[in-house]
Amino acid sequence: MPANELKEVSTEYMLFEAKREEQFITGSEAVREAVRRANIDVAIAYPITPQSESMHLVGDLYAEGYVKEYFRGENEFAVMSEITGAAMAGVRTFTATCGPGTLRAFENFPMWSGARLPIVMGFMTRAINAPLSIQPDTIEMSFLLDTGMMMMHAEAAQDLYDMLLMSFDIVEQTSVHIPMGVFVDGFFVTHTRQKINIVTEDVKLRPYNPGLSPVPHIDMETPPFRLMRDPFVMKSNYISYAAHASWQQEVMASAQRAKKYIKKYMGSFIEQENPDASIQIVASGTAVSQAREAIRMLKAEGIDAGLVKVKVIRPFPADEIKAVLSGAEKIIIPEFNRVGWLCREVASVIPNNDRILPGPRVYGGMTMPPEVIIQVVKEGALVGV
Amino acid sequence: MSLDITRINPYFEDVMPQEYIDLEKNGSFGSEKRLGDLGAFKELLEEHPMCAGCHLALAFRVLVSSLPRPEDSILVGSTGCSSLAFTQLALHNIHSLFGNQNAVASGLKRALKLRFPNKVKDVIVMAGDGATADIGLDMTLHSWFRGENITTVMFDNELYANTGGQESGMSMCGAVLNMAPTGKKFQKIRVHELAISAGCAYVAVVSTAKPKNISECFKKAILIAREVGPTYIQIFTPCPTNLKIKPSDSKKVAAERFKGDYAFKEHITDEAREYLTSIKDAVKKEALETEAVLVSEDKEIPLEGG
Ligand SMILES: Cc1ncc(C[n+]2csc(CCOP(=O)(O)OP(=O)(O)O)c2C)c(N)n1
Ligand SMILES: [Mg+2]
Repeated sequence: MPANELKEVSTEYMLFEAKREEQFITGSEAVREAVRRANIDVAIAYPITPQSESMHLVGDLYAEGYVKEYFRGENEFAVMSEITGAAMAGVRTFTATCGPGTLRAFENFPMWSGARLPIVMGFMTRAINAPLSIQPDTIEMSFLLDTGMMMMHAEAAQDLYDMLLMSFDIVEQTSVHIPMGVFVDGFFVTHTRQKINIVTEDVKLRPYNPGLSPVPHIDMETPPFRLMRDPFVMKSNYISYAAHASWQQEVMASAQRAKKYIKKYMGSFIEQENPDASIQIVASGTAVSQAREAIRMLKAEGIDAGLVKVKVIRPFPADEIKAVLSGAEKIIIPEFNRVGWLCREVASVIPNNDRILPGPRVYGGMTMPPEVIIQVVKEGALVGV
Repeated sequence: MSLDITRINPYFEDVMPQEYIDLEKNGSFGSEKRLGDLGAFKELLEEHPMCAGCHLALAFRVLVSSLPRPEDSILVGSTGCSSLAFTQLALHNIHSLFGNQNAVASGLKRALKLRFPNKVKDVIVMAGDGATADIGLDMTLHSWFRGENITTVMFDNELYANTGGQESGMSMCGAVLNMAPTGKKFQKIRVHELAISAGCAYVAVVSTAKPKNISECFKKAILIAREVGPTYIQIFTPCPTNLKIKPSDSKKVAAERFKGDYAFKEHITDEAREYLTSIKDAVKKEALETEAVLVSEDKEIPLEGG
């Protein structure tokens, strides 16, 4: 069906009612399929492995007419700034990057939150220099935790597809209107084929409605004409300090208000399997799949362990995590990064956090065999680490 | 045309600030102004906090008073002294980060083309020399390489004024400035030449020594950017505060430099020149046609009367 003949539907319809078919595709192709039905106005790309393929495919969608405007920018800082301009003009945007690209673009992310821009963006996480490595590593998520952006972490291509499609309506709510990063572990998900259920009906999301924005767009169509996005509050006086502080509080509050929309589409922020087990493994991204395998292997040995899959990182589901871990005696948090940011997050919200055993943490592109998780479960730490 | 947003709902007139009412009743919306009209209409930029004798402020005032269609003009600024004037501007404008102005303008212009395919929205970047030629040079150049339909204006005070008079790429070779304690070691960046080779359809180097010239070049730049391609205006705007001269001496500095190395330069491509001629012809033709209609209407009047 030609792009301009797709019927516009609500996000509820897209996620819960539209006809789906199982396809065996890569994570990058899942990005393409989500963007195909997301009614994107402006997409801007810049290459970096393992993200590039996703934005190549978005480029193909532009050539086919599914995306209205698309080009390759000059670097990630510029791309995010170009996205800024487009979002301020009142259109729906999309871009993606990872690793060094994320850091190159960094100054834009807190600015997006402060400017209340409803941008949805993909991060196909990878390691950060030095030494240079293109391999999977989720350390960039650690840096992004406090930018004011919302963050979701996909376990596999199905999550990635659904999270992207639901994010537009979440960020475009009048009471939300802050950016959403949808994170997926580079290569492990982007470059592997998986069975995923894709909408095959001839539908697309309704277009972005600039009239619902809580901040005016810059188009000389929206009164008042005396309007700056965003004016300075840098005077040395209390009014200025209070203006900056309350604006930041409003950004944080926007993320809290997003919770009900996230819940509406995602059902829950976390998923728990085997809640009664005294050993609980908490993970996000592909570490969840590895944990699942470890739990299966432990069960075969007669050791009972549960799983807490964290799908939303910002706003952080602190109460939910605290509640599901209330009965746990041992908590293991496997991560694909050096710093253990998920571990820090969990440790900051649960009582008696000495229940957490360190790691396992793998990084620099290493895989995480279930055996290393099992070793931590049994011995409290990785031998030799 | 967005003249509608410049009109105040009559029921609200009594609660609107007087200056807003003045902007509607006696401003430049819907009527192109000439520089000679300054003082006789309500300007889009007033009561800014710039220093006495600041020629950036003078240039800014000249520019916004010369916009061909202020009601459809959107400005993109950057961090620097000019951003303090932007907060006082009665037009939609964006400040997002230091140096990303041409990237923001590129995304903005493309999105506005999508949203308003049948309207012209003039997107104009105005930023300091540091923003344009140093921290944002890649984005300045790439917006030109890509042929974005935007106008870029550099306020060249030859230093980082806002942060206290440090060296910029546009500072003069040998200039002793903060962070150049023994004098700048390399030449002023020739951004106007870069603009030409990067594909700008119109480039002008102007000075506050000749405000009328700024106005004329700026108007041309905006018209050409609509249809032909990117345009660049570089304005010498001396900063008395950081040059440590009397505010009243900025004028002298501008005049001296205008006679020397900061003389007027203009570059226009054949395509841009033809385009300007075609608009002039169209305007003339329209005037002639209107005249013809008036003449024929004149003739009809006695008939109707009879
Ligand atoms: C990323 C970043 N680096 C540095 C600064 C500090 N800064 C603010 S304005 C400015 C200088 C602006 O110089 P210029 O563009 O020439 O404008 P002027 O103030 O001279 O008009 C600098 C360095 C900043 N705001 N952001
Ligand atoms: Mg300067």
